[in-house]
Amino acid sequence: MEKENKYNTVKNEKSKSLISDAWKKLKKNRLALVGMGIIILFILVAIFAPFLTPYNSTEQLIWTEGAKAKLASPSWEHLFGTDLYGRDILTRVIYGARISLEISIAAMTMSVLIGIIMGTLAGYYGGFVDDVISWLINVLYSFPFLLFIIAIVAFFPPSLILTFIAISLVYWMAIARVVRGQVMSIKEQEYVFSARALGVNDWQIMFKHILPNVIAPVIVQATLGMGGIILTEAALTFLGFGTQPPTPSWGYMVSAGQGYLASGQWWWGVFPGIAIILTVLGFNLFGDGLRDALDPKNKL
Amino acid sequence: MGVILMFAYLIRRILTTIPVIIGVILVVFILTTIVPGDPARIMMGQRGDPETIKLIREEMGLDNPIPVQLYDFYKDVFTFNLGRSYRNNQTVVQAIVGRLPVTATLAIGSMIVAVLLGVSLGIFSATHQYTFLDYISMFISLIGMSAPVYFIGLLLVLLFATHLGWIPGTGLGNGEWIYYLLPIVTLGVRPMALIVRLTRSTMLEVIHEDYVTTARSKGLKEKAVIFKHALKNALIPVVTIIGLQTATLLSGVILTETIYSLPGLGRLSIQAVINRDFPIIRGVVLFMALVFVVANLLVDLSYGFFDPRIRYD
Repeated sequence: MEKENKYNTVKNEKSKSLISDAWKKLKKNRLALVGMGIIILFILVAIFAPFLTPYNSTEQLIWTEGAKAKLASPSWEHLFGTDLYGRDILTRVIYGARISLEISIAAMTMSVLIGIIMGTLAGYYGGFVDDVISWLINVLYSFPFLLFIIAIVAFFPPSLILTFIAISLVYWMAIARVVRGQVMSIKEQEYVFSARALGVNDWQIMFKHILPNVIAPVIVQATLGMGGIILTEAALTFLGFGTQPPTPSWGYMVSAGQGYLASGQWWWGVFPGIAIILTVLGFNLFGDGLRDALDPKNKL
Repeated sequence: MGVILMFAYLIRRILTTIPVIIGVILVVFILTTIVPGDPARIMMGQRGDPETIKLIREEMGLDNPIPVQLYDFYKDVFTFNLGRSYRNNQTVVQAIVGRLPVTATLAIGSMIVAVLLGVSLGIFSATHQYTFLDYISMFISLIGMSAPVYFIGLLLVLLFATHLGWIPGTGLGNGEWIYYLLPIVTLGVRPMALIVRLTRSTMLEVIHEDYVTTARSKGLKEKAVIFKHALKNALIPVVTIIGLQTATLLSGVILTETIYSLPGLGRLSIQAVINRDFPIIRGVVLFMALVFVVANLLVDLSYGFFDPRIRYD
């Protein structure tokens, strides 16, 4: 009994130090901290959207304030200006963070689930199962992903759910590849052999003994993938697919504002574009930082 | 012996693309078959005469069982008989061949720009690590990886066409090269950003390897060390990225052609999706996927050239 306890304490200490080591490394990486700051800001803005602005995201101020609210340049009342219909652009950028966050979290959660299941099955069983899953990944990888997603989204009635399902059909593969590689190397380790010798069944070995060791690279891959998903969602709405107006999606706003860039009303298209860049940059910086921090080869 | 092994590898690698191609065709079939709505009705418009629609359904084989339709689709693909556009009756092959030069110019041009700029900036950054210019080039690459293709395009048009008036904005004019300049740069930004980072990091790794130190210690000039010894090995991951970037590039083509109104495959595919022109969609998606498969095959085969350590057994 005592022996077992001792073993547990040692194990706990070890896993704790992995996380605290990672955190120590992360704290030293200024770019990663900037990325983390951007992500936190993005999430807070999305959550507290209604408290951050006195306007409504679809409210057309030309009806109440008249023609001066149409394409008004940035001012104290409208920090980012207004669009053709007199909607406050800052408000729409703030609510756009919501749309972006909703779709990217939903799509990433689903990608991670599919990716972990497929990757674990392929890596653990190898052989025929691996052949089939790897074949599927190679096939799906061959498509230009944007066209693939558009082909799914365009033929069905537009909905948020369809958009994130279509996106996750592409993004699970990167997760699955990472998981597969990790599982393949972990399953050859002694503790897995001993678990099997003790009569632990395949599912328990996979989910209790192998998966916890795969989480770190999955988190890194998922963080980096978030940027890609945000870009994809924005590209979809830019082209007129996915969420439909008047829903304030950043990509759609860039597309709507593009015709007014040349005539001097740059704020309509430029502010949402900057919002996309910043958010994606945040996830990229933080993802890079996480990768370095969780890599045991990187010494403090 | 080496030649035989290499040849065997070549054959084996080519054979591995066959199941992928078969799968690609299958996915395209599924994508365009599960779609709600009757293609015959779409082809004839809302007021299509029911008799004609029935005839068309028969002619297109839409009433056949799914496995028969699938078999016919494979047959059609392998005989390059992909049907005609619902819109203008042009054959799919004609439509693709007609739009290909624009897309090919765009894609190849931007890849060349991305590799040339990306590798040189990457080498510069690695050899000037932690200097101001290194930070600048890392900053450019970070922004390049985070910015949407179309947003970069819009800003470039705004700056160089609208404000400075140096370059015509959109469209293709009479096909002069100047019209391709902005689209090529736009499409090249993302792969360039990736290549800068990758070249920098692999170069930094390679620079500290023994054989580079040896090259230096035998009195070679720094330039010779970098370009003759270090670069060749640093480029191997870059070559891999070029293959994988083909898919991103083909996705970017869709956006780039849309903002610059270029008559290429990307715009063709978007218009086909909007018009539900299924034969064109099938054709373009298949074609793009095949380009990706072939590009990656070529990349794999070229490893031997860059890295003599790679064995083919």
